[in-house]
This record gives sequence, C-alpha cells and structure tokens, in this order.
Amino acid sequence: MNTVATSHPAPMLRESFIELPARERARSLLDAGTFRELLGPFDRIESPWLPLQGVVCQADDGCVIARGTIDGEPAVVAAIESAFQGGSIGEVSGSKIAAALEMALRDCERGKIVRPVVLFETGGVRLQEANLGLAVIAEMQAAIVALRRHVPVVGVIAGMVGCFGGMSLAAALCSYLVVTKQGRLGMNGPEVIEQEAGIDELDASDRRRVWQLIGGEQRTATALADQLVDDDAAAVGAAVRSAFAQGVPAAHRSEQVDTFLDRLARIDPASVTPEIMRDVYNRDLQNNARKEQA
Amino acid sequence: MSDATFSRGARWFQALAGEPSGKAPVLSGDAPLGGETARFIAVVPDPGNRFPRATDNVVGLEQGWLLARAVREAIAEDEASGTRRPIVAIVDVKSQAYGYREEMLGIHLACAAAVDAYASARDAGHPVIALIVGPAMSGAFLAHGYQANRIVALDAPGTMVHAMGKEAAARVTRRTVEALDALGETIVPMSYTMASFAKLGLLDQLIEGVDADTPDAAQIERVRDVLSAQIRSARDGSRDLSHRLESAAARQNRAASIEVRRRLAEQWDAV
Repeated sequence: MNTVATSHPAPMLRESFIELPARERARSLLDAGTFRELLGPFDRIESPWLPLQGVVCQADDGCVIARGTIDGEPAVVAAIESAFQGGSIGEVSGSKIAAALEMALRDCERGKIVRPVVLFETGGVRLQEANLGLAVIAEMQAAIVALRRHVPVVGVIAGMVGCFGGMSLAAALCSYLVVTKQGRLGMNGPEVIEQEAGIDELDASDRRRVWQLIGGEQRTATALADQLVDDDAAAVGAAVRSAFAQGVPAAHRSEQVDTFLDRLARIDPASVTPEIMRDVYNRDLQNNARKEQA
Repeated sequence: MSDATFSRGARWFQALAGEPSGKAPVLSGDAPLGGETARFIAVVPDPGNRFPRATDNVVGLEQGWLLARAVREAIAEDEASGTRRPIVAIVDVKSQAYGYREEMLGIHLACAAAVDAYASARDAGHPVIALIVGPAMSGAFLAHGYQANRIVALDAPGTMVHAMGKEAAARVTRRTVEALDALGETIVPMSYTMASFAKLGLLDQLIEGVDADTPDAAQIERVRDVLSAQIRSARDGSRDLSHRLESAAARQNRAASIEVRRRLAEQWDAV
C-alpha cells in the first residue's frame, strides 16, 4: 500500500485567489482560525462623501482590515475589495489602511513585530473624494516607508483590477511584491494614457500590448515585482510567507537611485521595447553577466 | 535658463535659491534661509528631454529619480553631522507624465523613489516644506511635496491641488467643468481651490498678496519669512504626518479619518 497516497486526501482542486472577495483573501493568508476583522461591516464606518453625491455606501467602504498570525507571527492584512467602486481609495478605505500600518509601526517601535500585508486591487483615488483620497494615499505611503525599516511590508497584486494611480506608488514602496500573470501594475491606466496622449501613444483596447507593458509576468521579468505565482490561494500564501522569511531587504527598490538612473540611461526611448527592457532590468541576467566578467 | 524653461517653478527657484547646481528637468541647490542653509528643489520644463511625454513641468521617469537623488544628497551630506538642513520643495507640477514608455519603464517606481526620499528626509529630522506656486496635481504632487512636514501655498491664480485635472475629471465623471466647480462648492474634497484644500486641514498657510509670476523683492522676502516660520514649527513638531489631523479644520472635515484611527486603535489588540 502506498502510504504517501493514503496520508493525503484526494488531490485538492486549486482555489482561485482572484475569485475570492477581499475578506476571504485576507482570511486565506492568515494562519487557519486566526482571522479577526477590525472595523468590520457592523462598525459601519462609511464614506461621508458618497451619499452627498447620490452614491450608495458600503458598510466597510470596500476595505477589509484583519489581524491574525502568519507562520505564527502577529500580522495585519489590508485587503481592498475591487467589487466596491473599483477598489478606489476614499477617505475611509484609505484611512483604514493607513491606520493599520501606523498601528503596526507603533507596535514595531515598541519591539513587538507585526507582519503587514497589503492586497492591492485598485484604480487609485476615488474621484468622488478626490483630494482626501490623494491625502490618505500620501499618509499610507509615509507609514510604509517608516514601517519597512522594522519588518518587510509585503504587497500582493492578484488581479483582475490591478493596481494604478497613487496606489501604484504605495505598491512600489513595499519591500516585496507578489503578483500573478493577471495582475497589472502601472501609474496611469491604459485608458488614461489613451485619453491624455492619444491612441497613437497607446491603444487601450490592445489587451496583448497592455499585458506586455505592465502585466505581472513582465513586472517580474524586469525585477519591478519579486514573485510571480499562479492564481492559487495556496501559492499566494506560500509566496507571502517566503517574503517574510527573507527579512528586510538590504536596500529597497525605491532607494536604489543610482542603479535605476543607470538603467534608464541605457534605454533609448526611441527604440525601447518590453524585450529590451527585460535585458536591461533583469537582475538575474546582470548577475550572470557579472559572473562571466569575473 | 532660456525663456522656454522659465516656468513659475523656475522663477521661484531663482528668487529663493539663485543659480541651480542641477539643470532641467530638476533644479536643486543650497541657499541661505533664515540664518541657515536650505536645499531648494523644483521640477521645471525640459523641452529637450529625451522622453517626449516628459518635456513639460511634469514628473516623469527621470524627474522622479532625479528628485530622489537631490533629496538623498542632502540627507547623506548631513548624516554624520548634527545638522539637518531644511528641504524646500517648490511645487509647480501639472501632472505625472502620460506615456507608454513611462508605464513600461516603471514611472510608478520613479515617483515612489521621490516619495521615499522626501519621507526618509522627514523621518531623519530634516524639516521638509512644500511651497505651492502653481498646480500641485495628483501623482506629481505625491512625488514632489506631499510628504512634507508643512505645506504652504501662494494665494494666486493657478495654484491648486487635485487628484485629477479639471478637464479629465469632467470627462470621466460626465460633468461639465462648470458643474464640477459647482460641486466643489458643496463637497470640500472635490474643490480645486486652495481655500478648500485649507478646510481639509492640509494647508498650513495661504500666503496672500504675492504675485506668483512677477514677485517683487518685498514679496519674495515675505515668502522667505513664511518658510522660516514653518521650518521652526516643523522642528518643534513630530516627524510623522500626524500634524495634518490636529487642526480645527481637520477635526471638522476629516472627522472620518480621525474616527477610523481612534476605533482601529481600540480594536487593535484582542480583548
């Protein structure tokens, strides 16, 4: 009798991470049975600005904050719900993320490490709350920069909305980014580029081109994201845990000013393509090149 | 500097800091301010920029990384000494650069690098002041100014803070520009005026009576005095951004931001 086969139940079907709503995404990343939601729907802290514009509120403002443990260590997960207003950041949803990161920072400064995870699924600022959306994103960014000196801040961009606008800067400040092929990361969405710069600059309906420019696979191949995983809750969880196991990086991506100015200098704007960018930005290739020279 | 590059940002840089050590698109340099030396930084138009979508006073790939470099230079030079020079971001930025090359090559990271540098300077004890002399728009303002300890603005036509340009916002929300302006009068965060921005508790001082385009010597001196006072205030205050939630204006128009923090803190540790 094959003991290996009997000690495991029938092969489990993969559980899609993308199809999970924000609350279940957060639950799936925390150790089993440890999920505890903060400022949940029953607390009813809703947007004060949407009703003034005839938009129906949601009781959690489209953002789930959950505490629990990851590999036994205290953690907090902030998960954006793309089904509400496209995951857009308003005063309340953004303040929930900023406040969670600020509390994690407070604990870290007292010597009690809290592992922070942000699940990005957002088009950026919620236009109905304009300046307050922008303000809370700045506060979130301040918290990430301060917090990541103590503990890695791990971001996940699973899709299908992706991560855009001011929130793409917040993602870029994270210590590690876990992405799927379906996750897109960019500052200006393709529709915004087409609208602002014309269809000759970018045809937003050309999906293949958009994936080649800003899709998760390209972001990982150019070292602007760290781990590419399948759309599988177990795989996302494993990637997040391994990011924490790596610890705080020696230098965060956004601190590597000379490296990136040097890469940019090697790019010819007239002829650059996603393939050329892979050659210039790919960490592994460069390491190999160094080895060859040595 | 040629006339083509003589934007408001460039004009105020010259008025406050003299000749820059850096060149377009990011001017930076040290100059006396209130009895000490401050670093001034501005983003200016760069008609010859090799990235065709980043020739105006916008924050593109090079602008983001060069801002980070200008700030980090000041941090590094002061690191070993007890000095923490003030850093003044002169803000006149229309937008981030919109282009496919920018997206591909990671403009989000370039802008994040500038955010990181300003936030790190603030955390290290440098008083960081944003002086808004023109538009302070969206992602460009996040990268250049929004991490400051204190934010001040000229009360002049053309100074504004917003998440999206007016014309674009009107298109996206299917409203006319006039309807958008009317909405801003009742919904404070939707407004484009500096007075409304102040109502959110985000503006520390609105500087009145200064000609933003052709300031005279007395007006420039007034702006210097304001900057010096804000630097003192920043040094007396906390290094994080909590100051933004402490004013009477914030208690009124950012009540939800304050309430979220209060109740999250209550629930943070399980009982």
